[in-house]
Amino acid sequence: MREQTTLEQSIRQARDKKDILLMTHIVLGYPSFDDSLRMVEDMVNAGVDLMELQIPFSEPMADGPVILRANAEALKAGATVEQSFKMAERMTKEFDIPFLFMTYYNILFCHGVSRFVDDCSRIGIQGCIVPDLPPAEGQEYLDAMHAAKLSPIHIFTPNTPADRMRHLSDNSSGFIYTVARKGVTGKDTAFSDELSDYLALCNSNTDLPLAVGFGVKSREDIDFLRGKVDIAVVGSESIRVMEQDGVGAVKGFIETLVA
Amino acid sequence: MKNSGYYSQFGGAFIPEILVPTFDELESAYLAAREDESFWREYLDLMSTYSCRATPITRLDNLSSQLGGANIFVKREDLNHTGAHKANNVMGQGLLTRRMGKKRVIAETGAGQHGVATATMAAKFGFDCTIYMGAHDVARQRPNVFWMEQMGATVVAVTEGSQTLKDAINEAFRDWVSNMDDTHYVLGTACGPHPFPEMVSWFQSIIGTESRAQMLERNDRLPARVYACVGGGSNAMGIFSGFIDDNDVELVGVEAGGRGRGAGQHAARLAYDDATIGVAQGYKTYFLQDRDGQMQDTHSVSAGLDYVGVSPILSSMHESGRVRFEAASDDDVVNAMQRTVRHEGLIPALESSHAFAQAYREAPGMSAEEDILINMSGRADKDIFTVADAVDDPKWREFIIDKADAYKQEMGDA
Ligand SMILES: Cc1ncc(COP(=O)(O)O)c(C=O)c1O
Repeated sequence: MREQTTLEQSIRQARDKKDILLMTHIVLGYPSFDDSLRMVEDMVNAGVDLMELQIPFSEPMADGPVILRANAEALKAGATVEQSFKMAERMTKEFDIPFLFMTYYNILFCHGVSRFVDDCSRIGIQGCIVPDLPPAEGQEYLDAMHAAKLSPIHIFTPNTPADRMRHLSDNSSGFIYTVARKGVTGKDTAFSDELSDYLALCNSNTDLPLAVGFGVKSREDIDFLRGKVDIAVVGSESIRVMEQDGVGAVKGFIETLVA
Repeated sequence: MKNSGYYSQFGGAFIPEILVPTFDELESAYLAAREDESFWREYLDLMSTYSCRATPITRLDNLSSQLGGANIFVKREDLNHTGAHKANNVMGQGLLTRRMGKKRVIAETGAGQHGVATATMAAKFGFDCTIYMGAHDVARQRPNVFWMEQMGATVVAVTEGSQTLKDAINEAFRDWVSNMDDTHYVLGTACGPHPFPEMVSWFQSIIGTESRAQMLERNDRLPARVYACVGGGSNAMGIFSGFIDDNDVELVGVEAGGRGRGAGQHAARLAYDDATIGVAQGYKTYFLQDRDGQMQDTHSVSAGLDYVGVSPILSSMHESGRVRFEAASDDDVVNAMQRTVRHEGLIPALESSHAFAQAYREAPGMSAEEDILINMSGRADKDIFTVADAVDDPKWREFIIDKADAYKQEMGDA
């Protein structure tokens, strides 16, 4: 039996009270660090259960148009890794939900992998999602994360064979992130029987909680996922809402999801 | 997914999970093709009947005597169909695509050469084809876009990031993660995740194999030095591979020195010390990046060398000292091109002209008993718009203005 990380424990505790949790995603420094803070505050007040903070990178290969542009704009406005760490530290201190980092491997590599993990630990980040780092390339990262009792989170996809799902699960803690379809973030997903079958397959290949993302954007989507997964992830859609209707609109949008 | 494809500390496969089975499939198909002698025979047959292989070696008689010193020879990759070494890689990957049963190809392109080569291959093999090209490059390279579209390819102008080659690569990956079932990504250089660096180098090794035999036959000895320009590194890997075990043959890679040292002024990852080791676009190598690991802007007079990363295999040969890296400035490159046109009647691409510039700098210091070999990776006559700008030709400018006026008049009349 694996040892449960703090992240996994808090997810399981929260699940005792709610039948599905909501995780949201923001890009740090987009459109500004002040706006990032305001969005996190609104999201937490609206009832979000955990949050993914993306440290911007110039080559976000796995992201679709919305998050891609958010990365580019944050960098254009001068966002640095150091500022991202400072802002994340403030967020973990002020808000009592688990925070994760999502970023690409070069950010860890250039910072120094073990230093990156130490810094996460120091500022209260509980886990990381690094979409371009398969376990085979990430031994140093995995060792450092496990030693710090933080959660390295890997991704299941509709292309992932069952034996690879188990391999990914063995190298993860906290939860497993499954993407609902092929492609990049921020495009439509069909919430169908096929998706239900796939989520059942995911669940049968891990004993960790399951989060599902890519294309989740409405109350109906979340209702569909209830009972099938532990966490629904809303990523691009809240950024899109913010772009269309301003930072102030995010709270209302999240409230429609959790109501 | 095996942890393979490392060249000392460089290379690897840093890919999104969704592509792991696709890369496994590609690696198996590639390894099976390498095992199967009939594959290479089919490849050689295709290259000799559809492209112009074996390409000849030409001695630069006039410039060898003008410069004094070493005898200068040129490997004529410009004589490939579509005018560059890119055809070697593209035709090989076309055969592999067919073996894998895929029906659609996608590719990134900077200058447009690799895009044109891929569109050509797709037309011949009957594949659907989409080419990703930075919006800046689309604007600069209309003639190449024209030919790609004539050949039936869809050309997508990428408006993200710096709107150049690296952004086109990201966009091609984004297409691939949605369409991997029927689509092969024809990566254009010896970069990217494993097995691309090794596979592209394998197809390009046809240059080195021919060159070594041709130089021996002609001169009864091997060249003292071999020069190749280095963008991603495919033409360099191609010609160097023929001489890699000949320790007396010095291998010289020439990068884009642009306007000189300093961030944003050039694209020299190995010759200058502005680059550091990083991981992006799926592989680990030297990148022109800032301290946080954000990629920086690059500059070169030649779009094909204007790239932030470099083949992981070349990074390892840089570390081991097997390959010496130099940089040629924009000005030297344009001079070398004009000199080659004027005195030899050859028209090297601006990319290839980097190798010529370095060779011309070194040849006078060598002995008449020594030969040097330059890889002429492509020809420039099809890049006439870019070259005319680079040499700043006033008559060309006048011609374009007149042409534009005539179009405007026509449109006004209609
Ligand atoms: C003629 C020519 N030479 C060289 C290059 C650089 O690529 P590589 O370093 O992969 O040979 C290009 C790329 O577009 C090219 O068109």
